[in-house]
Amino acid sequence: MTQTALTSAPEPGSLPVGPTPAGKRFRGLRRFLAPIRQAHGMPKAMLWTGGIITALLALTAILAPLIAPYSFDAYQSGGHQFPKQGHPSGTHLFGTTVQNFDVLSRVVYGARTALEVMILAVVFSLILGVLLGLLAGYLGGWLDRILVLVMDALFAFPYLLLAIVAGFMLSGIIGGGVVTAALSITIVYIPQYFRVVRSSALSAREQVYVEAARAMGAKPSTIVRKYLFGNVIQSVPVIATMNAGDAISTLAGLGFLGLGIQPTEAAEWGYDLQRAIDDVNSGMWWTALYPGLAIVLAILGFTLLGEGLNDVYNPTIRRRRIIRAVLPVPTARKRLHEAAGNGGGTGSTTGDNGKAGTTSETGTTPEEGDGQ
Amino acid sequence: MPTKPDTAAASTARDGAEAGEPLIEIEDLKVHFGLGGGGLSRLTGRGAGTVKAVDGVDLTLRKGEVLGLVGESGSGKTTLGRTLLGLNRPTGGHIRYRGLDLAGLSERRMRPMRRELQMVFQDPHASLNPVMDIRTAVGHPLEIHGLAASEEERDAKVVEALERVGLHPAEQFLDKYPSDLSGGQKQRAVLARAIIADPRLLVADEPISMLDMSVRAKILQLMLDLRDDLGLTFVYVTHDLASAKYFCDRIAIMYLGRIVELGTTDEVFAEPRHPYTRALLAAIPEPDPERAVTRNLPRGEVPDAARPPAGCSFHPRCAAALSACGWEARDLRTYLERRWLTLEPDDWARERDLLGDLTGLDTPGLLEAVLRPGRGGTAEDVLALLERLREEDADGEAPEPFWRGVTALELRDGAVRLAFAEPADPRLLPVAGAGTTVACHLHDPARSAAVPPQTPASA
Ligand SMILES: Nc1ncnc2c1ncn2[C@@H]1O[C@H](COP(=O)(O)OP(=O)(O)O)[C@@H](O)[C@H]1O
Ligand code: SF4
Ligand SMILES: [Mg+2]
Repeated sequence: MTQTALTSAPEPGSLPVGPTPAGKRFRGLRRFLAPIRQAHGMPKAMLWTGGIITALLALTAILAPLIAPYSFDAYQSGGHQFPKQGHPSGTHLFGTTVQNFDVLSRVVYGARTALEVMILAVVFSLILGVLLGLLAGYLGGWLDRILVLVMDALFAFPYLLLAIVAGFMLSGIIGGGVVTAALSITIVYIPQYFRVVRSSALSAREQVYVEAARAMGAKPSTIVRKYLFGNVIQSVPVIATMNAGDAISTLAGLGFLGLGIQPTEAAEWGYDLQRAIDDVNSGMWWTALYPGLAIVLAILGFTLLGEGLNDVYNPTIRRRRIIRAVLPVPTARKRLHEAAGNGGGTGSTTGDNGKAGTTSETGTTPEEGDGQ
Repeated sequence: MPTKPDTAAASTARDGAEAGEPLIEIEDLKVHFGLGGGGLSRLTGRGAGTVKAVDGVDLTLRKGEVLGLVGESGSGKTTLGRTLLGLNRPTGGHIRYRGLDLAGLSERRMRPMRRELQMVFQDPHASLNPVMDIRTAVGHPLEIHGLAASEEERDAKVVEALERVGLHPAEQFLDKYPSDLSGGQKQRAVLARAIIADPRLLVADEPISMLDMSVRAKILQLMLDLRDDLGLTFVYVTHDLASAKYFCDRIAIMYLGRIVELGTTDEVFAEPRHPYTRALLAAIPEPDPERAVTRNLPRGEVPDAARPPAGCSFHPRCAAALSACGWEARDLRTYLERRWLTLEPDDWARERDLLGDLTGLDTPGLLEAVLRPGRGGTAEDVLALLERLREEDADGEAPEPFWRGVTALELRDGAVRLAFAEPADPRLLPVAGAGTTVACHLHDPARSAAVPPQTPASA
């Protein structure tokens, strides 16, 4: 039996490779990437578009000081005051705002803020949500009930309202910076991780391998770490990417309502958009257009990436490409003739096509079965 | 089909096992599960009762032996095996192991013991963590019990264990994931994990039932080798008597949470005493025509474990049942309904109308059945029908044991009343002149004097 298995093991890459940690890690990555490489059609397009937009955004954020002509809070350069609400020009490609800020610089630095807040919020909510979900799912009991109650209450709350309340309370304590904004958004997303992780922990703890770990003498903490965590965590990256776009829109919403980051702390698109409202009425389009476009693009990029990953990894939604069975030509032609004959000479072409289609499709079914 | 191993080593190991000293002594072990029912029944405070998954088991495991727990699905084999390892909390009884009573041990104090008491589960696929590679999975017991000082030492031991279970070259399996392995390979990996910490007892719960036929005999042979090489004591849980014959030194036949027959494999196969054992044996295809027994499989199905029959729980299916085997009102309904299946529709409709509503008989433990006539007749008609049935069925070609339990059939207050004999639980008693113990009134000298004990030939 071992012999057959050895000859049939189709892993040429890993066979001669010794048990090096590098090979191990590479293997895990390959397992993770395999579904992405297999993606086809719509998910593939979404993944690529989203990935490119996201990558551009990230580049902009990282290289912001190189790309942006001025600092986000600069209203003068070399002793020259920037014009107030200046038209796009050679020195200010995207124009200037009512506060004499350079729009291009603020849009570029805004990418940095958005990314910072998004990453912090996603990481915070991921850690907290996964931890609480694991605890609730594995331990159960009153802790589980209380946590579920709290999380359901948070989940039922309109998310922007929740972020506003949290932002309002937090800004009183730690001021209105990037961390405050991230924390207020964190609270919004904890329940999502909690729910998913809790339910997979609930089902994972009933698995035989968890029982087997207990039979080996593993402590509950070991079981959670080594047997539950790895199985429960798998849907989390997808939620994280899906939340990323959402977090950006929430941040913009907070900024628009004046509850986000102070303009002196960082450039923030939502805030800029809000300040641009009056400009639009007086025909100044540039102060609103560019931050608005940035928001739309960022959300679009992350959402496409998240949805694409979701399609690829989530097996319940995942649709494998359906490969049509090819009929042997003579049979197909015969069926077509028959169908055409049955349809009568005067039947319309579309009717005939429809009939031929159905006949040949029912004809394929048994052949597909034979093939498998 | 597995055949007996023809090695002399195996048979000497078997002989040696018979003299072995006790490893674990189980005394009156009970495991009852409360059935919660739905949320509504919990609110109204009416639970759905209890399932007596294990109900008073006495058993001594000897060092180095392979004990088979055999029975149909639902007979409590898995629960007994799991409780033995402290994975279920017993409702009552004792499990004595090395001067300790495992039954009362807390999880915390049980944990160090788990190194010596290992389990192999039925489904090899489900008992390996899908996201853990074989190196970590097989080596995990070492890590849990602090048996490997370094990664190198662990890896060396894992390699040794993998080689021992026939996964070689072992290095190639270290970095594989369970999904890369076939069913047989997975079960080998599970066995490697079970033996790596050098256990004394291994409970194998139907370890081959989910494997391909071609692999089963190999895994069984592997377990035999492990027993001989490592001096393991095995509890082999199975519903398949044929594989138990191949693998076990002793066999305990279980039915609805109790052991009904316990003896050496040779004895149980040569002369099965309990009617249930005989029925199970009859279900094995017998290639030798001279020894072939008639196929009298037990009629009916395994009863609901939450409402077990009175007396001997096998009596509704036992063709040889006596008066004290536990007959009760429920059995009257079963008897009538079984009879109706053989009738013409007209006759059936007439009898059904005459007997009216039978649901009153369903309560477990009724030693008196009162039949009120339905629309189709009077109490006298009902009495006449039942008397005719008794006449026809009590003795004849295939005597209906039900009537043996009926002590009175009479008219009373416009209804027909049947009374049943007082039920008695058959106790597990040694059979005179043999090493077997059997729980059956037929083999209880105090009871079966009136009825000649059945020999296998007449069964
Ligand atoms: N955790 C449990 N909760 C409730 N009932 C259980 C539980 N485990 C087993 N049972 C019941 O106990 C009886 C015996 O089950 P089991 O030990 O699995 O039998 P076997 O392994 O012989 O098929 C069955 O009726 C089963 O429904
Ligand atoms: S005690 Fe023996 S004879 Fe009576 S029902 Fe049980 S198995 Fe049959
Ligand atoms: Mg079982």
